[in-house]
Amino acid sequence: MVGILEDKDRIFTNLYGLHDWGLEGAKARGGWNATRDMLTQTPEWICEQIKDSGLRGRGGGGFPTGLKWTFMPKQESERPHYLVVNADESEPGACKDREIIRNDPHLLIEGCLIASYAIRAHTAYIYVRGEYVFERERLEAAIKQAYEARLIGKGNVHGWDFDLFVHHGGGAYICGDETALMESLEGKKGQPRLKPPFPAGAGIYGAPTTINNVESIAVVGSILRRGSGWFAGFGRPKNSGIKLMAASGHVNKPCVVEETMSIPMRKLIEDHFGGVRGGWGNLKAVIPGGISMRMIPAAEAEEALMDFDDLAARRSGLGTATMIVMDKDADLVKAIARASYFYKHESCGQCTPCREGTGWMWRIMERMASGEAEMKEIDMLLDVASQVEGHTICGLGDAAAWPIQGLFRHFRHEVEERITNYRAGKPHVQGATLRAAE
Amino acid sequence: MSVRRLAANQPDSFAFTPATLKEVKVWIAKYPAGRQQSAVIPVLWLVQKQEGWISEPALRVVAETLGMPVIRVYEVATFYTMFMLEPVGSHALVQVCGTTPCQLRGAGDLLSVCQKKFGNRDHLSADGKFYWQEVECMGACSNAPMAAINDYYYEDLTPEAFEAILDDFAAGKKPKPGSHIKRQGASPEGGALVLLDPSLYDGSRARPIKSLPNAEPKARKSKAPAP
Repeated sequence: MVGILEDKDRIFTNLYGLHDWGLEGAKARGGWNATRDMLTQTPEWICEQIKDSGLRGRGGGGFPTGLKWTFMPKQESERPHYLVVNADESEPGACKDREIIRNDPHLLIEGCLIASYAIRAHTAYIYVRGEYVFERERLEAAIKQAYEARLIGKGNVHGWDFDLFVHHGGGAYICGDETALMESLEGKKGQPRLKPPFPAGAGIYGAPTTINNVESIAVVGSILRRGSGWFAGFGRPKNSGIKLMAASGHVNKPCVVEETMSIPMRKLIEDHFGGVRGGWGNLKAVIPGGISMRMIPAAEAEEALMDFDDLAARRSGLGTATMIVMDKDADLVKAIARASYFYKHESCGQCTPCREGTGWMWRIMERMASGEAEMKEIDMLLDVASQVEGHTICGLGDAAAWPIQGLFRHFRHEVEERITNYRAGKPHVQGATLRAAE
Repeated sequence: MSVRRLAANQPDSFAFTPATLKEVKVWIAKYPAGRQQSAVIPVLWLVQKQEGWISEPALRVVAETLGMPVIRVYEVATFYTMFMLEPVGSHALVQVCGTTPCQLRGAGDLLSVCQKKFGNRDHLSADGKFYWQEVECMGACSNAPMAAINDYYYEDLTPEAFEAILDDFAAGKKPKPGSHIKRQGASPEGGALVLLDPSLYDGSRARPIKSLPNAEPKARKSKAPAP
């Protein structure tokens, strides 16, 4: 058998799009089954079940989903409640929500209905990143099917009036931050808001709002159908459940797959991703989540478990569990320099440390990649990184600093060697040409 | 942050076509009354679909349509990098992902192909048919390297395959998007290793569930009509 998770326990049974994505297909695979019964229970019961299942937010933060829902006001007031689903998947490495949207959209729609009931919302928006044009078209088509079958909409068969709309963005990574996403949804630049007020108090249009990742919402229906105990039975305590994981970079067969939390990283790579290019011995480093997570070297990847706590103990993080694998041929410094360019490009420009720091870090990283930098700039770079980290409104500043910190934590000697070699090859003053050499 | 400005040469006017206007109304209807500003990104996107790029007169029309100050539309158009602020190629807008996961799998070669064929990035090609860019992560990392051409993703590319696709576009054809090596979605190359159990697909999962696990007997009375 490959991996740990058995086929019978998989939630996303159309992950690869081999079957009908539409309503009929989704129903045959168990979607929309007993949804009506779930909505005859109380919202508190649903929150309690999701809490018991141990589901932690799948967008990278890992905040318990059921607990988040309980932050919403218990009574509806004149301000309507909203559910917003974050499908602005833009983190380099992350490519899991896309598979849900295009291949199992009805699980997401069903999840939206249940979650909205749990937080007493009658309206939900799914914020899809702008580049996912095909995925958006697919999702719109699935929503249309659900409306036509009266599964959602006003006076639907589930007895909870519910409207679901697709919104799309314009290609800004920053809108993956929940407060930037709300700004963007209101038709503004995606610049994050200060918290408090938290979205559960004042979110979009000043109304109570809950924002969840696509995967967190799409698994809700299956958890309630099969029981919180079933979901909590996978993985280690506090890291329970099953999760979409993916690989990119130097593995033989990059793909997206559903696995149990806490699966050993090596087993995941060897069973599902065809192993590291050139064999396990050729592994150099793994970035376990999206690119913002700090990398871990091969020796640690050997022992690491794919869950929040194990990777946090290794000074990295699970993030979205979409790993980037780098073998010994990879130029780590160049790879991280490219990541720094990404953050420089995507900074929204609101907070000075991030706006100036990301560009600064990128410029130094580029010189590190060629070896042109000064040795003392390594410490300066780390100083800049630590001064950006934690000094911004949203997490983009932290995310820009972490990949650099990860690189220098484990591979500082390589950068130093590169700088030394660059100098050694050029014994004369930079810019001048030795007359004797002519 | 990326600094973006409007093009130097601007057309005199802009007007929605009736088809676009119809879609604009669909989008505005999605938001609560008085919150039509929410539709600004989708509406700008529709403008771009209609014209290929976003001009200054178009910003004014969008502002008027949504009842918001022009400067707010200007902010949005320059903030979001999907909006093209100058004319793009008549045949294709080529956006090659160059971020780390694609870089590790050879996006650099794809960038060279574009450089060789069309000249410098962020410019119209000499024949006016193409406009190419290096873009940041497109969210298809397991299918790297990839490029988005006119909205749709072409994945698992090699330089040769990419060149062939671009030649097809130059000839006015529309090559099929998706994986170049015939992978099904994001499944592993050579076929899926999981999701092989036939009982997942025989309809047995659609059988009614008698009672939900952990369900409380005293549930609220359903107001809904029987399905």
